Amino acid sequence: MSAAAPLLNVDKLTISYRIKRDWIPAVRDFRLRLGPGQIVGLVGESGSGKSTVALALMRYLSGNGRVESGGLLEFAGEDLLAKSNVDMRRLWSKRIKFVPQNAGAALNPSIKIGRQVTEVLKAADGIEGKAATDAMIDMFHQVNLVDPERVAERYPHELSGGMQQRVTIAMALISNPDLLIMDEPTTGLDVTTEAVILDLVRGLIADRHTGVIYITHNLGVVAQLCERVLVLYAGEIMEEADAHDLFQHPHHPYTRGLINSVPKPGQSKYQARLQSISGNPPALTQQASACVFADRCPLAIDRCRTEKPPLERLPAARLARCHRWEEVDAVAQPPSKSPPIAMGGDLPTSASDITPLPSLWGKGPGDGGATTLMRVSDLSKQFPVAATLREALRRVKPTPIRAVDGVDLQLRAGQTLGLVGESGSGKTTLARLIIGLEQRSSGKLELLGLDVRNSVRERSPDVLSHLQMVFQNPQNSLNPYLSARQAIRRPLIKLRGLPPDAADAEALALLERVNLRAEYAERYPDELSGGEKQRVAIARAFASDPALIICDEPVSALDVSVQSAVLNLLAQLQEAHSSAYLFISHDLSVVGYLADTLAVMYLGQICEVGEARELFQPPYHPYTEALVSAIPVADPGHKTERILLSDNLPSAQNLPSGCRFHTRCPRKIGVVCEQEAPPWREGGASHRIRCHIPLDELTTLQSDLVAADLAPAAEDS
Amino acid sequence: MKSSQIANLIRSLLRQPQSALGTLLVLFFLLPALFGPQLAPYANPNDQSHDARQPPTLDIGALQLGEYPFGTDRLGRDVYSRVILGASSIFRIAGLGTLVSVVLGSALGLFMGYAGGWVDEILGRVIDALLAIPALLLALVLVGIIRNLDFAAGSWQAGLADNVVLLVISALYIPIVARVARSATLDIKTREFVEAAEIRGESKLYIIFREIMPSVIPSLVVEASLRFSYAIFLVASLGFLGFGARPPSPDWGLMVNENRGGFYQLTPWALEFPALAIAVLVIAVNLMSDGIRRSVQKGA
Repeated sequence: MSAAAPLLNVDKLTISYRIKRDWIPAVRDFRLRLGPGQIVGLVGESGSGKSTVALALMRYLSGNGRVESGGLLEFAGEDLLAKSNVDMRRLWSKRIKFVPQNAGAALNPSIKIGRQVTEVLKAADGIEGKAATDAMIDMFHQVNLVDPERVAERYPHELSGGMQQRVTIAMALISNPDLLIMDEPTTGLDVTTEAVILDLVRGLIADRHTGVIYITHNLGVVAQLCERVLVLYAGEIMEEADAHDLFQHPHHPYTRGLINSVPKPGQSKYQARLQSISGNPPALTQQASACVFADRCPLAIDRCRTEKPPLERLPAARLARCHRWEEVDAVAQPPSKSPPIAMGGDLPTSASDITPLPSLWGKGPGDGGATTLMRVSDLSKQFPVAATLREALRRVKPTPIRAVDGVDLQLRAGQTLGLVGESGSGKTTLARLIIGLEQRSSGKLELLGLDVRNSVRERSPDVLSHLQMVFQNPQNSLNPYLSARQAIRRPLIKLRGLPPDAADAEALALLERVNLRAEYAERYPDELSGGEKQRVAIARAFASDPALIICDEPVSALDVSVQSAVLNLLAQLQEAHSSAYLFISHDLSVVGYLADTLAVMYLGQICEVGEARELFQPPYHPYTEALVSAIPVADPGHKTERILLSDNLPSAQNLPSGCRFHTRCPRKIGVVCEQEAPPWREGGASHRIRCHIPLDELTTLQSDLVAADLAPAAEDS
Repeated sequence: MKSSQIANLIRSLLRQPQSALGTLLVLFFLLPALFGPQLAPYANPNDQSHDARQPPTLDIGALQLGEYPFGTDRLGRDVYSRVILGASSIFRIAGLGTLVSVVLGSALGLFMGYAGGWVDEILGRVIDALLAIPALLLALVLVGIIRNLDFAAGSWQAGLADNVVLLVISALYIPIVARVARSATLDIKTREFVEAAEIRGESKLYIIFREIMPSVIPSLVVEASLRFSYAIFLVASLGFLGFGARPPSPDWGLMVNENRGGFYQLTPWALEFPALAIAVLVIAVNLMSDGIRRSVQKGA
C-alpha cells in the first residue's frame, strides 16, 4: 500500500439527509484511505449511499444533506470539513475532480466542446488562448479522441455517448487533479464502449499520481480496474480488502452473495442455479441496532439481530463488518435450494398438433424433439425519415432508417433464444415487430405454424394469448393505479376467458408462483420494489400460459442481488410452463445463462447464430469476439486481451456497404469486406457466422485469445 | 385518483398557509351559495319595501350586523341579502361550466392523444385556432348570437338559452382542457403498461379509460381548479358587461354595473360589497388551485 501520507483520509464519517423534520443518517461510520495513484472501488447497489459518499467527499451535498460532526475528512493533510465554500471552489477547479454518470447531461448543450474544456484550464491554472488550446488537443489525444481539432468545434449532442464520456474524462484530467471521483462513468454505455473507457482510465491513471475513487454497481468493472475495494450496503461498509483477496475469499456474506449472483460468461442454467440474496435492502429510515444485512443473510444468528457488528480489522489489511466473518469463507457454499434446470421439456399442448418442421439447429440441450415454435423469415423494418426542406424541394425521398434488415430466426418450443447486440443494433425493434407493437415493412412471421398478422389489432385472441412480453423497465410496465391482483387478473379474464372469481384465485396462485406472498395481491406498484414489480410483470405475462414470451432486457434495470433471483425465477417458470423465451439483453453473461441458442445482431442484421455454449468459444464472428472480450469478468485474476472497438456505430440511415461491420472490424481482410456482403459460413449443424474469413482461419486467429478460460464456465467457482 | 391520494391532497392543501386560507374562504363562500335563502334576512332579493339608500349598519369592531349590514340600494333592496342570494348563481354557473368542460374536454383530449395521426392533427389545429381568439371577446360574441335567436318559450332551446353563460363557459374551456388532457395522454400512452394492454388485445376504449385515464386525472384536477377560478371571473365579467344575468337578478357583476356612475355617489356600498365579494372569491379560488397544483405536482 501507499507508504506515503494518504491523499484522502476519511474516518467515522456520518452523512445525514433531512426527511421532513428529522435528519436520517444515510451513510454511517464511513472510512477510506486513498493514496496517490491508487484506484479504490466503491461498490454498492442503488440506495447503498455510494453517490452520497462521493458528494460528501467533495463537500458538495445538497441543502438537505449534511456531514455530522465527529468525522474526519482530510485531503492531502488538510481538513476539508473546516473549509469555506470559496476554498472548496478553488480545490474543485484544480485538485479535486468529478466524472459524472451521464456525460450528456453534464456537458452544456449550447457551448462548443473546446470552450468547455479550455474554461477548465482557465479556472484551474489561468491558462488561456493558444496554450490552453494546445493543452486541450494534447489531452484529447490522450483520451483517444479521433480528430481532436474537429471534436473541439462540435457541440455535445454531435458526439456519441462514449465520446462524451471521453470529453468529461479529459475535462477532469486536464488540470492534473490529485483526486478524481468517478461516479458510474460507464453505466449508461455499451459493453464494447465500457471496455474502451476502462482501458483508457487504467492507462491514464498509471501515468499520473491521481488517486481515483471509482463508484459502480458492477463487480466486473471493479475486478478489472481497482486495486482496493469497499463494499457498501445500506450506508455502511460491509467489507474492505484488496481486490484480489476480496474476490477470492470474501469475508462478508453480502460480498459473497454479490459475487455469486452474477452469472459468469458461459455459465448456463443447465449447470447450476444462480445464487441469490433473498429479500430487499432495508429502508433508509430503518435504524438498525442490529446488523443491517441480518434480514437477508444466510448465516445470520441471533446475535446478528441484537448486536451491531463493528468494522473489524482482519489480517492482510482487510476490514469486515460481520460477527461470523471467519466462517464465511470456511462454510461451504450453501447448496442451492432448487436443482438446475432439467434438460428437455414437454411440448406445449397447443404445439403438439403442429407438424414438426425440419430443424436447422440439430441436436442441442433440451432437444427432446422440440418443434419449431416461431419462425421469422426475412423480417425487415424501415422507419421513414421526414424529408428536409431541401430534399422536399428537390423531390428526393430521404433514405429510411433500416432498423431491422432481413432477419431469419427460428425458435423451438420451450427453449430460449438469446439476442445480443449493442444499443442501436435493432434488437428491440425486432422484438416489437414480433410482438406486433411495430408493423413490419416486409417478411414473414410464423408462430406454431400459423401465419401471424402484422399488427396486434389484427391478431386473433389465440395468437395474442400465446405471445406475451416482459418489459425492461419495471417502473413503467405496471399501471400505477392497478393493484398486483388487478394487473394479473385482467389477462386471465381477457385471454384465458376465466370468470372473475376464478381469475382472482388464479391471480393469487400466479403470485405465489413468482414467490410473492398473498399479501402482495392488494399492493400497488409504488408499494413494491423494482424486483417485486418485475415479478408481478412476469406473473402477468405468464397468466395466459403463452408459448412464447419476449423478454426485453428484463433484468437490466434491477440491482445485482435482485437480478439473479429474477433470472432463476424465469428459468424455473420456463421449465414449469414449457414456454419459450426470446431473451434480449446487452449483457452476454446474462443471456448466455438462460439461452439455448444465441443470435448476435449488428446494425439490423444477424451476424452469428449458434448454440449458446458455442458462442463463447472460437470461431467467433469478429463482432462477437469483441463483445465476449469486453465482458468485465468479476475475477481480478482473469485478464483477457480486450479487443477494443471504436465507439462510433455507423448510422442505420447510412449503412456501410459490403460487410456492415467492416468500419470497426479488427480482423478486416481488405476491400472484399467493403464491397461484398459476407456469406453465411456453417460451422457444425447449428453454428453460422456471416463473415468473409473462413471458419478454420477464424479459429486459428482467435485461439491465442484467452478464450479457453471463458468457455467452460464455473471451473473456478 | 386513489383515496389515499385524495387524503394527501386535502392534507397538503391545509398545511400551506396560503392554500389553507384559500380553501377555507372558498368553503366560507359555499355557505351562502348552498343555504342562501336560509341565511339571508330577506329571502326575496327584490323586496323593495325597505327605506332606500340606507348606509351599512355592519360594525366589525362590535361584531354586529345591524338592520342592513351592507346598506340598501337606491330602490330600497337589502344589499346584504342580495349578495348572499347571488352566491349560488355564480357557483352554479362556474361550477357546472367547469364540470361540463372538464368532462367533455378530457374525453376529447384523451381520444386525440391516444388516436394520434391526422385525427389529432386536424382537431389540434381547430383548437389552436379557437384559443387564438381572446376568451372574453369570444364569450361576448357567443352570448350575443344566442340571445338573438328566437325560441318558443318553454322549448328546450329556450331552456338552453337561459343558461347561455354556462354554455359559453363550457364551450370556451373544452378546447383548453382537451389540450391539457391530450398532452398528459401523449406522455402516458408510451408507457409500457399501455403496450402490455395492447398486446393482450384490449379495446381502444378500455385502454383509454381504464389504463390511461387514471394517470391523467391528477393533471385534470389541477386544470379543473384553474378553470373554476377563471370561470368565476368570467361569470362576474359577463354580468358586469350586461351579457350575463339580467336585471333584477342579484348577480354580483350585474350589481356592480347597476350601481356604478352617478349612483356610486349616492350608494357606494351597493357597488363596493358585491365587488369585494367577487375579489375575495376570485383570490380564494386562485390560492386554492395554486395549492392543488403544488401538491399534485409534488405527489406525482
